[in-house]
Amino acid sequence: MTAFNPHGTSLNHGILSVLVQNRPGVLARVASLFARRGYNIFSLAVAPAEDETQSRITIVVDLESAPLEQMVKQLFKLVDVVKISELDPRRSIERELLLATVRADTGQRSEIVELVKIFEAKILAVGSDAVTVSLEGHPDKLDDFEELLDSYAIVEMQRTGRVALPKLDRAARLRAVNPNQKGKVS
Amino acid sequence: MSTASTRMTGAQALIKALEMEQVDTIFGLPGGCILPAYDPLLESSIRHVLVRHEQGAGHMAEGYAHVTGRPGVAMVTSGPAATNLVTPLMDAYMDSIPMVGITGQVGTSAIGSDAFQECDTVGITRSCTKHNELVMTPDDIPLAVRQAFHLATTGRPGPVLLDLPKDVLQNEMTWHWPTDDEVSSALPGYRPTMKGHPRMIKEAAQMILAAERPVLYVGGGMLKARAAEILRELAEMTGINVVTTLMARGVFPDDHELCLGMPGMHGTIAATTAMQRADLLIALGARFDDRITGRLDSFAPDAKIIHVDIDPAEQGKVRRPDVPIVGDCRLVTEEIVQAIRDLTASGTEQADITAWKSRVSGWQEIFPLAYDEASPGAGLKPQYCLEELRAASNDDTILVSGVGQHQMWASLHWKFNQPYSWVNSGGLGTMGFSIPAAIGAKAGRPDATVWAVDGDGCFQMTAQELVTATVERIPVKVALLNNSYLGMVRQWQEMFYDERYSEVYLSTETPDYVKWAESMGCVGIRVESPEEVGPAIEQANSINDRSVVVEFRTDSEEKVFPMVPAGVSNDEVLVHPSQEQFRAQLG
Repeated sequence: MTAFNPHGTSLNHGILSVLVQNRPGVLARVASLFARRGYNIFSLAVAPAEDETQSRITIVVDLESAPLEQMVKQLFKLVDVVKISELDPRRSIERELLLATVRADTGQRSEIVELVKIFEAKILAVGSDAVTVSLEGHPDKLDDFEELLDSYAIVEMQRTGRVALPKLDRAARLRAVNPNQKGKVS
Repeated sequence: MSTASTRMTGAQALIKALEMEQVDTIFGLPGGCILPAYDPLLESSIRHVLVRHEQGAGHMAEGYAHVTGRPGVAMVTSGPAATNLVTPLMDAYMDSIPMVGITGQVGTSAIGSDAFQECDTVGITRSCTKHNELVMTPDDIPLAVRQAFHLATTGRPGPVLLDLPKDVLQNEMTWHWPTDDEVSSALPGYRPTMKGHPRMIKEAAQMILAAERPVLYVGGGMLKARAAEILRELAEMTGINVVTTLMARGVFPDDHELCLGMPGMHGTIAATTAMQRADLLIALGARFDDRITGRLDSFAPDAKIIHVDIDPAEQGKVRRPDVPIVGDCRLVTEEIVQAIRDLTASGTEQADITAWKSRVSGWQEIFPLAYDEASPGAGLKPQYCLEELRAASNDDTILVSGVGQHQMWASLHWKFNQPYSWVNSGGLGTMGFSIPAAIGAKAGRPDATVWAVDGDGCFQMTAQELVTATVERIPVKVALLNNSYLGMVRQWQEMFYDERYSEVYLSTETPDYVKWAESMGCVGIRVESPEEVGPAIEQANSINDRSVVVEFRTDSEEKVFPMVPAGVSNDEVLVHPSQEQFRAQLG
């Protein structure tokens, strides 16, 4: 995770949905492979998958740091990696969660409340000079929200990194990548 | 065999599992956390070779694997022993050597507490193993061992490490030897592709028949796949010249008229230039290493590429192939041979390659390997020593090299006519590899004569393993080319740093290699003049009950030619000065 992009992603990003065996150290294996080969990660989210012996890791990668094909093939060499799906952003549903504490004295509070309404965000906590808000949605929307919040002095912020699944009606287009059979990413 | 109710300790299960995997030799050194595993070893059929340094155990396991094709096993304790194993693991990873490393670990309750001799072995070895695993319960040991051997030997071979906490070795478990299905279902993401894609095979066959300037670019993968025979068939049926990389020496006989020898940075002019001018490179189990390609953007500019490799990640990693074929090199080469037969049977004719082959043989004639004769009173020429040694050896002799000038001279001047007769550290370039690797090779092939060829820099890194060789009665022979320098570094400083020699001189007096050899129970012979070379080799070859170290005092200024300087195009190869006048012929 060598690159940090304030808006979470670049135009030139790819999304890999990596199904791994749920074993100790598997995340370290994936992370150290990316570090060792010089591949940049924009974000990474990991949680148990539908089959509890497996986890799904959603990795947003920087395609400028290396070709996606090489990343996929190198990842697939990890013995714990069961399946890799390359998600085309146009054919996937992407979601992310943002939490932010923003400085807001009484004068500014109403402006922030307005912003929260427009974005259908939530106010989670209100203090005398700050509010904590949350927004769940498409990462692009979070980017916009974050940019607007920026003018109100963000005290602390955390984004989860995106998770993604293929769109249901285009499920057939999910490109299950098995480099062992194809010799290259289809 | 396995009965459902047999109770035993984790340590007993480990040794039993190794026996089930038909391990006959373990190279190792005991210590605190691995102690429990050494107890059942007393009742085991497995031979244990007690090394003097854990790095030696690892390289011995590699040497054993190189010559037998079976995985080498190294077993050491935790902490510093595990870190000493890191270099051989990385070496085996780079050269795709099947190897299983077993390390002790502190007890499970102490993990993470900075206990005595604790280190994060799986963390440290993650990027230098094909796979590794910390085994947390004795019941998991048999499956972990079976998996380790399966992973080490299938697909692209490589090192696998098992980290075993002391209490996991001590506690009891119920023996169960996993079935193939259990191993397979425990590894749902691991299914190496063996057979090539039929369409790609056909395309490759067509391309081979249509090529006017084809070259077979053969790498170490062909040795791993045990594909020497089918390679010869492919070469002979098409008449295509073969280059064998540093890792592939011996897979195709050097004496064969189609063999051009080693290509690359220190390759023969014919091999390197043929690749540069080719219109088709048939890469079999080779990985377009930077020592082969030179400056990548000018490497083989007119060549189409057929790339056969079992590792999909090698396809397109360095050079984009026109025809990528993922699969086992032997099976795929067999499929290609069959496809060529089918095509010729149905009337497709092979393009005329005679003009190309006469160009290639022209390069062979004009640019043979060359070195000057030794001037009287000066040091011996290392190439001469190696040629004399080769002349006194047969094709079965196993040559095991360290890393540096002596390695390149050995690869260039030795005639390899048998597969698995050459062992060296290619990818990682590990100095000190040869002595322990030679001992491992001899342990694996006691019938064969094993010569280590070493430099004085390398020798001083791992020579203590000759004590192991003496005590364990594994006699090897060492041709020590002593030029008193870190010779390859010296060569670079002479050629590329204006002869500014910085920290490359070792010593002409110290150590006394003959005395050192004798103190380790070996016969030591010093050779200083060309007349002594032959008799010394003869004497060494006549001694079979102990190891022999023959120290050749060689010319420190001798350089390896040909040479492609780092980062430069292979077109700008530096030929031996005596051949410079023929440069124009390289076009």
